[in-house]
Amino acid sequence: MKVAVLRFQGDVYEHLKYFAAAGAETFSVKNARELENADALVLPGGESTTISKFLFEEGFDEAIKKMIEEGKGIFATCAGLILLANEVFGNQVKSLSLLNISVLRNAYGRQKDSFEAGISLKFDSEREFTGVFIRAPKITRVGHEVEVLGELDNEPVLVRQGKILAATFHPELTEDLRIAKYFLSEVCGG
Amino acid sequence: MVHGTYRVKLGLAEMLKGGVIMDVTTPEQAKIAEDAGAVAVMALERVPADIRAAGGVARMADPEIIEKIMDAVTIPVMAKVRIGHFVEAQILEAIGVDFIDESEVLTPADEEHHINKWDFNVPFVCGCRNLGEALRRIAEGAVMIRTKGEAGTGNVVEAVRHMRAVMSEIRKIQNMPEDELMAEAKKLNAPYELVKKVKDLGRLPVVNFAAGGIATPADAALMMQLGADGVFVGSGIFKSEDPQKRAQAIVEAVAHFDDPDVLARVSRGIGEPMRGIDISKLPEQELLQTRGW
Repeated sequence: MKVAVLRFQGDVYEHLKYFAAAGAETFSVKNARELENADALVLPGGESTTISKFLFEEGFDEAIKKMIEEGKGIFATCAGLILLANEVFGNQVKSLSLLNISVLRNAYGRQKDSFEAGISLKFDSEREFTGVFIRAPKITRVGHEVEVLGELDNEPVLVRQGKILAATFHPELTEDLRIAKYFLSEVCGG
Repeated sequence: MVHGTYRVKLGLAEMLKGGVIMDVTTPEQAKIAEDAGAVAVMALERVPADIRAAGGVARMADPEIIEKIMDAVTIPVMAKVRIGHFVEAQILEAIGVDFIDESEVLTPADEEHHINKWDFNVPFVCGCRNLGEALRRIAEGAVMIRTKGEAGTGNVVEAVRHMRAVMSEIRKIQNMPEDELMAEAKKLNAPYELVKKVKDLGRLPVVNFAAGGIATPADAALMMQLGADGVFVGSGIFKSEDPQKRAQAIVEAVAHFDDPDVLARVSRGIGEPMRGIDISKLPEQELLQTRGW
């Protein structure tokens, strides 16, 4: 499985490491043409306002839509999730509208309100997943075609719509590979 | 639910990688920076070039100025405290600043001790001129290191010197047998455990930015090619002829730092850069980089 990580800005290296540890062949992309060689794309964490600018300027909007049509997987964390959402509140960020959710940016507050907390995963409920939430967004509405796969205090924090898997937290900052493995085997492979 | 863990602090620094952090003094400037694609802003009363010109004691900015900037943008807001002034840091943490820069650009409050940054939930960035200094700051709890360069000069030469020093020391340690690490730690005045970590990782164990004298898109790309994870631009943007264009150009240059065609395109027609200073003509006591140890 070849996983490409978008590398304009953000924690690209951490995602490369996370998916490589889960057994994927990884590389980073800055040019939409390079996506042809990828089976999946990762939109990393970072500043959504910054990444959004490059995403549209460099034609990734069309390339990502094409990937989804071809049945390829998309994984997104934090800023990446904001970029996929249908609706974004809290400053205008131009998003791709590929994931039927509404998102409120920086919903937990400023950096001093960033936190770690245990998350229950629907596909592996025996052990909690340590969610690292950094100036994280909140999902305020979930469309009917969206499946909630992880919750914190009964609120969705990990969601799936078809070939898209997106988290408001940062699995790549942990050593727990369950989410990467679920993405590779169930979302991309399934 | 736990707040202020090391992972949460280092995590924010990691989210800023590949980005540009810009000095701003007003909400309007902060908005220009955000619209240009900055990943964060540094809220200041004066940019370093004006601090240099004004002389006297430079202190933490008025919280009111910082709060107005925090209200104007949704990207993280950083602010500076004097070296060793942990009460200024407590104040910035209380008002909710996202990142604190313990900075040599302000007049040091303590000539011997830096802030114990482990005491804080908010992450810290600190300047360095070499690997030993970087590791001492990391040992005190900094999650981001930046070169000191020579702030407010528009002259990149010192930032280059400091980045090259850090990178070449890292390469040296990487190639060193384990039994020489203790003597190297002694020489660097740095904790052995961190020297060992640098050897294992082949890089700093935290995020590594460039700062101090970056004025053009080419300067920013130069620092990235030398190994920086991102750049701070201080006086370079709002002391130039067309801050909006220059801010956008520097953001593009950092994202495409290894693509000379893009660098050529974004370097065109962006107005006059800030007027630079020949650092070798500066008297010793006017250097900012020698503050801290």
